[in-house]
Parts: sequence; C-alpha cells; structure tokens
Amino acid sequence: MIELTRIERNFKVGDQWVHALRGVDLNIARGEYVSIMGPSGSGKSTLLHIVGLLDRPDAGQYRLDGKDVTTLDEVEQARVRREKIGFVFQFFHLIPRLTAAENVELPLILAGLEPEERKPRVDRVLHAVGLEDRAHHRPDQLSGGQRQRVAIARATIMEPAVLLADEPTGNLDRASGTEVIGVIESLVERGIAVVVVTHDPFVGDRARRQIRMEDGLIVSDTSSTAAR
Amino acid sequence: MKLRDIVSFSFGAFRGNRVRTALVLVATAIGVAAVVILTALGEGARTYVTSEFASLGSNLLIVLPGRSETAGAGPAMFVAETPRDLTIEDAQALLRSPHVNRIAPLNVGSVPVSFRQRDRDVPVLGTTSEWIEIRHWTMDQGVFLPAGDPTTANAVAVLGAKVRDELFGSEPALGEWIRLGDRRFRVIGILSGQGQSIGMSMDEVVMVPVASAQLLFNSASLFRIFVETRSRDDMPEAKQDVINTIRARHQGEEDVTVISQDAVLATFDKIFDALTYTVAAIASISLVVSGILIMNVMLVVVSQRTAEIGLLKALGAPRVQILRLFLAEALLLSLFGAVVGLSIGAIGCIGLGQAFPALSFEPPAWAVAAACFVAIGTGLLFGVLPARRAARLDPVQALSRR
Repeated sequence: MIELTRIERNFKVGDQWVHALRGVDLNIARGEYVSIMGPSGSGKSTLLHIVGLLDRPDAGQYRLDGKDVTTLDEVEQARVRREKIGFVFQFFHLIPRLTAAENVELPLILAGLEPEERKPRVDRVLHAVGLEDRAHHRPDQLSGGQRQRVAIARATIMEPAVLLADEPTGNLDRASGTEVIGVIESLVERGIAVVVVTHDPFVGDRARRQIRMEDGLIVSDTSSTAAR
Repeated sequence: MKLRDIVSFSFGAFRGNRVRTALVLVATAIGVAAVVILTALGEGARTYVTSEFASLGSNLLIVLPGRSETAGAGPAMFVAETPRDLTIEDAQALLRSPHVNRIAPLNVGSVPVSFRQRDRDVPVLGTTSEWIEIRHWTMDQGVFLPAGDPTTANAVAVLGAKVRDELFGSEPALGEWIRLGDRRFRVIGILSGQGQSIGMSMDEVVMVPVASAQLLFNSASLFRIFVETRSRDDMPEAKQDVINTIRARHQGEEDVTVISQDAVLATFDKIFDALTYTVAAIASISLVVSGILIMNVMLVVVSQRTAEIGLLKALGAPRVQILRLFLAEALLLSLFGAVVGLSIGAIGCIGLGQAFPALSFEPPAWAVAAACFVAIGTGLLFGVLPARRAARLDPVQALSRR
C-alpha cells in the first residue's frame, strides 16, 4: 500500500545541511503493524511525516495505493490525509476548548458531513476506545491515557487505511501507555495498518515488524512471525 | 466544511478567550458608535439651523421696487425711466399665484409719536394682519393689526416693547390714544421682544395698518412686499410668478427685485454637510484603529493556536479552509462589534435627544451603512494577514510545539 523509493529529505540548520533521510526505501502492506525505532535525529519522525503527507521529500517517490502522491497539489494532499491517514501525536493535540466528542467530530466537520451523519460515528468510535461516558468532558478533565484514546478515536473516525503514531506513549505512564497500545493493537486487528514511531522498546517490540533507523537510513527491518 | 460549522467553530474560539473577544468587540463598537453619534450630532445641528431659518421664514420672498442689476450702457440709459411704485394692489395681485400662501405689504417712515407730554421719533411700519404670521412674531399684550381690506385706514397701532416702555413707563398702554404725526391712533397691542430684523430694532417701532401709514407718509408706494410661499419647494415658481405678475401690472417693465433667504440656507446646508462628512471621517479613523487591533489580536491568536492549526492540517484541512476559518473569525468579530456599536450609537442618540430636546439626533442612513461597511471591511482586510499566516504554517513545525 505504502511504497517509498529512495526518499531523501534535507534540512538547513543554521548554515549546515542536515540529511534527515538519505534514500530510504520502505514498503508497508495493508494491515501491517510496524514500529520504527532509533535514536533521536535518526530521521524516524521525518519519515513518518513524509508518509503522512505533512512533509514533502526532496527526492524519491512515494506511492500510496499505487498512486504517486508526491506530485499532488496541496488541496489533493489534504484530501488524501483526511481520507486515508490518521495521526496520533505524543502531546495528543486535542483542542482544549472542545469536548472529547467535539474533538473526535472535527475530521467529519472538516470533511463537510451533516450533523446527523456525524453523531452516530462519533458515538461508535468513542465506544470503541471505551470513552462513551467521557464524551462531554473537556481534555483538561481527562487523564493522559484518556486523552490519547480520544486522539485515537479522532484519528480513526474517517476510517483511514493507515494510522501513524508519533511517540503515542511518550507522555504517558506505563499503565496508561499499555492501555493506549491495547487500543492501537485493536485497530490492527480491524485491518488498519499502524506505524508507531517510538523510543520505548517495550512499545516497539510488540510490533510484528520492527524497523530500526540510524542517521537517515533503515539499518534493520525484521518481522517476527510469532504472534505476540 | 459547512458554513454553520465554520460559524460555530468561530464561536467556540470566542468562548475560548472571552477577554480578547470582549476587547475587540469594544474597540469596534466604539468606532461604529462614534460614527453614528457624531454624524447624528452633525445632522441634528443642521436640522436645528434649518428649522430656525424656517421659523424666520425660510420660504420667504421679499419684493423690492427697482432693479438692482446694472442695465449696462444701452438705449435704456437715455430713456427717462421712473420705477413704478409698488402698490397695495400689486401686493394683492401676488396672491393669485398658486405657490403663494400669504403676503404682507410694508411701508416704512419716521413720524413723531407722542402720548401726553412724552414724544419721540420712531420708525412707523405700515402692514397688514398677515405680517405677524409671516414673520412668526408674538404678542405680549392685546392683538395685532385687524384682518380685513388692506386699503382701509383704521386708526389702530401696535407698539414695540421699547416704545411702550418709553411712552407709558409702568402705566397700562392698551386702549390709550397716541398721536402719530397729526393723527390719533388707539393702542390695541404690544409686541413681545423681537430683536433685530432688516437692520432695525423691532422693539422700537410702531405698527399701523398699511393704508393708515400711506396717509401718514402721504405716499402710495410700498417699501417691500413680503411673500410667503406654500413651501420651500415652491420658491422658484413663486419667484417667477411674482416677477411675471408685477411685470404685467407695470406695462411689461420688470422693475422689481425679488430676493430670498434660499442662498443663505444653501450655504448653511453645505457647511453642515461638510461638517458631518468631516466628523464621520474622523470617527472612521477609530474604525481603522479597531481594524488594526483585530489584526493584532488575530496574529496573537494564530501564534497561540499554532498547534491547533497544525492539527487541522493533519486532519486534512487544506490551506483555503484554514484561511476561511480565520477570516470568518475576524469577520464575525467585526460584525458583532458593528452590531454592538450600532446599539450603543442608538442608545447614545436617544440619550442626546433627551439631554437636548430642541435638537433631533437621527444619524443619517449613509453614515450607519458606511460605519458597518468600514467596520466589516477593516475586519476582513486586517484579518487577511493573520489568516494567511495561519494557512501557510508548516504543519510539522506547528505540531512540534506543545
């Protein structure tokens, strides 16, 4: 589904060029559960941003569902993001003035759905992450784990093909983290491809396919056949 | 994204920061209210002055014997031209014009007036009963000259306030007989103070019927004819009718001059128009200032909500949508500011109206429309920059901030 070919991404920091990605090749199939690990600055977040179409590669090709998406214009990229990709962030990025349900509803609003269509879908995804009774709480009334589950509900409401999680447990204690990973793994079971970028080996090791990055290159790519 | 959702999203944002919302609303409201109230003041002053003129007789034409224009060197110079007298009959003929409401002939002379031992020289005005209505004068005591045939020389007189004081002191004057020249007149009324008019103090006159004055001065000629037209709009036609009538009666000779207060009034109109436009322009500066404030606030909002903007992009909002969202916020802010301002302006006008009942405070429609238009326009204009900044944010950087 995701086909990256010789992806390069360079940043200029001060007067020095930093090569965040130096020709990365990566294919991810539908429904795969992938973790990307590596030290800080190894390029794993940049890779995730490029897969999520938040960033454009300087060179290389990115095909999503067989279609070259690097050449799409800004509006089309936004549409692909909205329809095929879900994001989960380390800092949740919930809008503080909106309730959990309103935060979850946001992608549907941006997509221009009618309110009567939105309501049942919001209820369904909140139920899926076990927060139906927290629907009308604001983020500051929720625990960290609950917030991240709201964020996952928001990321999945458009029924994306792939969920991209950038350090989803980085801001959580172990118990909440495990809870969140549980929710993410339930998505894998529903056939959504999941890519988790993490520092935490406890999280990374749970994925069936584990990718290790260093200095802008993939240094190892192993798949464990054993079911966890 | 649906319009309704854009609006409710903006409202959510307003609720999220009530102080900022209130401040921007107040700034815009002050600007709009200032325009409304100041233009209402200008308009009120103009209406006041116009109505004051109307009370002096704004629809008044004054007919003078003789041409005031220079005829130039033509054969007329060598023709012995005696201007014909204006007569009471001329004056009455003017009433045939449908544009003329009332007329009052006037002749003026100076005659000694005496009561017992006291006597003095005063201007004597001869006119008819219509005078008091045309000039909007008021009586202190008694009645004004009697109505009826203006060629009847009744021996009655109306005294100016000062003449009465000088001749009678504290004694009652009504019903007494005074002597004007060699004739006796009975005092039937005392004028209340009238101040200055046509260059003389109207408190120092004696008024008698026009026919009596003709006898006193031994002259059939009138000094002026005052013509009141039906309305201000009738002035030009009435003026033409007056000239035509007199010309027909004077063997085709146009030997009168007709003047009006129109020119003076037009000048006042222009002055007040300029004044109203000026205050409106000054007040709209405050609207522009509030526009800049909106821009400032929106810029702060964009930097405060950087993460939110990044998130919206990650959730699939293209630049246009972000632009629209932030423009809608600026627009709604200025729209509500305008509504609040109009309310404050309306309340202010009512307050002013109660403080100064003599003046009417109605802001002109163009000023109200312009105030709203400028408020919303500046809101949009100054909202564009922050909205563009929001739309252009790099999502990766926006999201990397907490």
